[in-house]
Amino acid sequence: MTDQPLNAIERMATVKQERMNARLKQRYNRERRFKAYGIASISAGLAFLAVLLVTIFSAGIPAFQSTFIQLDVTYDPDALYIDDASDPEQLRFADFDNAVRQSLLARFPDVTGRNETRALMSLISTASGYTIRDRLTENPDLLGQSETLWLMADDDLDLVLNGTIDRTLPESERRVSDLELTWIDDWDASGELDRRFNTTFFTRGDSRDPETAGVWGAVVGSFYTLVVTLALSFPIGVAAAIYLEEFAPKNRLTEIIEVNINNLAAVPSIVFGLLGLAVFINFFGLPRSAPVVGGLVLTLMTLPTIIISARASIRAVPPSIRDAAMGLGASKMQVTLHHVLPLALPGMLTGTIIGMAQALGETAPLLMIGMVAFIVDIPQGFTDAATVLPVQVYIWSDSPERAFIAKTSAAIMVLLGFLALMNLLAVLLRRKFERRW
Amino acid sequence: MTITNQYSEQKAETVTVAKTEPDQFDIGDWTQTVGDPLLDDPRLSARNVDVFYADNQAIENVSLDIGKNEVIAMIGPSGCGKSTFLRTLNRMNDSIDICKVRGEIILDGQNIYDKSMDVVELRAKVGMVFQKPNPFPKSIYDNVAYGPRIHGLVSRRAELDEVVETALRKAGLWDEAKDRLDKPATGLSGGQQQRLCIARTIAISPEVILMDEPCSALDPIATARIEELIAELSENYTIAIVTHSMQQAARVSQRTAYFHLGKLIEVGDTDKIFTSPDHKLTEDYITGRFG
Repeated sequence: MTDQPLNAIERMATVKQERMNARLKQRYNRERRFKAYGIASISAGLAFLAVLLVTIFSAGIPAFQSTFIQLDVTYDPDALYIDDASDPEQLRFADFDNAVRQSLLARFPDVTGRNETRALMSLISTASGYTIRDRLTENPDLLGQSETLWLMADDDLDLVLNGTIDRTLPESERRVSDLELTWIDDWDASGELDRRFNTTFFTRGDSRDPETAGVWGAVVGSFYTLVVTLALSFPIGVAAAIYLEEFAPKNRLTEIIEVNINNLAAVPSIVFGLLGLAVFINFFGLPRSAPVVGGLVLTLMTLPTIIISARASIRAVPPSIRDAAMGLGASKMQVTLHHVLPLALPGMLTGTIIGMAQALGETAPLLMIGMVAFIVDIPQGFTDAATVLPVQVYIWSDSPERAFIAKTSAAIMVLLGFLALMNLLAVLLRRKFERRW
Repeated sequence: MTITNQYSEQKAETVTVAKTEPDQFDIGDWTQTVGDPLLDDPRLSARNVDVFYADNQAIENVSLDIGKNEVIAMIGPSGCGKSTFLRTLNRMNDSIDICKVRGEIILDGQNIYDKSMDVVELRAKVGMVFQKPNPFPKSIYDNVAYGPRIHGLVSRRAELDEVVETALRKAGLWDEAKDRLDKPATGLSGGQQQRLCIARTIAISPEVILMDEPCSALDPIATARIEELIAELSENYTIAIVTHSMQQAARVSQRTAYFHLGKLIEVGDTDKIFTSPDHKLTEDYITGRFG
């Protein structure tokens, strides 16, 4: 035995330990490097996310506060040009801005001349006149009397207080003049300014004045749009997925359909917008800017996502369950409805909610169907003109007023909040319906 | 690899592998089945059955009768077509698009592959128990009640309760399950789950029960219980069982059919097949020379 020459494996065995040790170290090093790449990419992703969130939050926080000015308002019949506040006809033509002007001038008696008066008026929100009108409409007896009100300040005053407008700049480079600054400081020193939580932002629609602009109109628009999208895309998507998975014969036609569904998922969303414009608005004559059209367009866009995820979850149902039901003589529909669908439902719901979240954040196709319009009123139904949250972000980001920068970020925060909420809902639904087998 | 209730692609592949292996146990010029495949008064009879998966022939010209209240075991090496044949008996292969069946399978005087045969009705007559226990992810009660419910066999709740109890009793599961009928069936042990599947099958009162390696996923004790159960059930039902265990075939069956490469080689009384088989391949297989 011993004097026989060693064969290849035996020769290798004599140096096995040594070579393995050398190689092992190399292998572990490679593994460590591989892990490090993964950690590095995750860290990079997290860093970008952090930058994004910090930017948005720091820019958006000021929008959640608005400044109010304490003012003694006199409901002077001469300034309002009315004699009976209970007469709606008279109220319609009353000059409430003049009442505000007179009250401001009473606060700063030194102000004279048109320019100074206009500068003083610019510090208070243009909505103040409406506040006074509402007070007087509710209490007609106030005519001729005076009371102390907190009136909303103009966005420029906000910007001065939160430091966005730099006081150290020369006057010519500032939006707010030195004179205006002295009035602001005077108010501030005597405690006549109050910074409050900005409820207007959450209760009003869009406005040209940043201090009275709110996201509620866009939130309601988004809600109506998503209701239409969900009501159409979930049943259609699930029905299509069930048919394709359980009933359709596997032939050329179904293959073509499958390829097309997968392709549709990758079609740029603006194309769906153009399609919606051509089909729903121009051909079927549905109203422009309406949530119902937005919902239809987003349905087209979301359907591939829902169909693909629903098919995947149907395919994940173990074949043994189908066999068991079929072996007992269940018809194909019974197998599907009693067994496959309940087991696939959590996956389908997850896919649907992800699709909905995608639809909630979609802007481009809605621009095409006119949901980018400037809409002040809160939409009251599916056919009212409306806009949606991401489009509101787009509109505000395009506005010249400085204060809209903060509003833009704040609207993004609201949008992100809803997205997080929907994803949370997806997780909860999955937990609730998940069944083990 | 065995032919199991997996995806169709897998199944086709299995058959392909079996067919393309170098065939050291070639059947030679096989002409007909040895033994006595045909009976005088059969419950179920297969005549000249061919089964194809696309272009692969999985079953070749099998003729076999299954008698009343008998237990027939089907044995053979992996990929021999015994499971495929079993599944043709209640058309479980229908759901596999590439599977084609030729020949006749006659139950109660009717060819089950006839166009007029309703597959739902057929499966209510020919039940099936699978290799892996596959209870529905529902309660124990709902599992057993599912068959009677979908076929509309009972009209009142009390009647259904009785059917469920009887089925569970027959499957020897009543004592273990009676206090937890509303609990998920997936909480039962493997052997209990398989007995539940048997209870579920007999709850629709089939004439024939097909069992596809019902014990291959169970431990010896659970297997012994199922085997006892098969013996009890054979008093009322006709049972066809596919098994990999020759001991099991010898213990539970009265007749045994030996399949090889899609052909039915030999059929006969179990005692005879295991003591003095006529065909060389049968002898090689049962003596463990291959398999």
